[in-house]
Amino acid sequence: MQDPLAFVIGIAHIAAALALLNGVTTTFGQAKIAAQAIESIGRQPEAADSIRSTMFVGLAMAETSGIYGLLIAIVMLFANPLVDILLNYLG
Amino acid sequence: MNLEIDNLWVINIAGVEIWITETIYNTWIIMLILIVLAVIIRFKLKNFKIVPKGFQSLIEGAMETFDNFADNTLGEGFSDIVPWFFMVFVFILSSCLFSVFGLRAPTADWATTFALALASFVIMIFMGFKHQKGKYLKTFFEPNFIFFPLNLIGELAKPVSLSFRLFGNMLSGTIILTLYYALTPLFVQIGIPALLHTFFDVIFGALQTYIFVIISLMYIRGAAE
Repeated sequence: MQDPLAFVIGIAHIAAALALLNGVTTTFGQAKIAAQAIESIGRQPEAADSIRSTMFVGLAMAETSGIYGLLIAIVMLFANPLVDILLNYLG
Repeated sequence: MNLEIDNLWVINIAGVEIWITETIYNTWIIMLILIVLAVIIRFKLKNFKIVPKGFQSLIEGAMETFDNFADNTLGEGFSDIVPWFFMVFVFILSSCLFSVFGLRAPTADWATTFALALASFVIMIFMGFKHQKGKYLKTFFEPNFIFFPLNLIGELAKPVSLSFRLFGNMLSGTIILTLYYALTPLFVQIGIPALLHTFFDVIFGALQTYIFVIISLMYIRGAAE
């Protein structure tokens, strides 16, 4: 290991990419919610309004984990606490 | 447009530094606009008519739509907290629309969204004690007293997830637009960003505003019943 700072920054970028990978499962879950809602509206068009509002709430709930991943990635890239710790350690 | 929140100036009150950031400044501008708008509407509605016409029917229609929406979500007996959520709705919507003008939206700062979510959380606890009295404390020990830590963490996670949802959506729009403005040459920056602004600010902003308010209302209903 030549330069500890470069190593930490590189690892942080890999961690950000891994944190964003949870978008795969989040999108899958949201697609499932939307598909089910469309199916329900097709079966029962008179209940479309209540199904739509419930669908939006469900989408927002499923989106939460994706948002957490995004925030972790942003913290890793722009406000990384490890870099400060390392700089203090190196003096 | 800048990714970081600029610090405009620092006020020193008795040794305590108060940082006036871009967010606070933009919040003041929005508050000023909303207050002036409210005063203008109040003065225009001075001669109140029983049968609404023109401007008055427009304002009454907006209020009635929100009242119906809140009543459908909350049920009866909560009419005293509906005005607060109307204010939250208008504030979040106008601050999301604020970034259309190239300024930083106050909701793209965690401080703003966490303050709003904390207010919803306090209202939730208050309404729980008001409607359920002592029984509200019992809901923390359901189904067994061993589950108390889990229930407590679940309750404390509510304002955090509520604020992170709005903040993450607004911040992602800000980041994508900042990247677009930073990476493209000048001649593509006229006209085309309007589409991106429409998608990330107007559509996402309206959707997230609706979701913030409806989830707050659902938490309150869940605590009160």
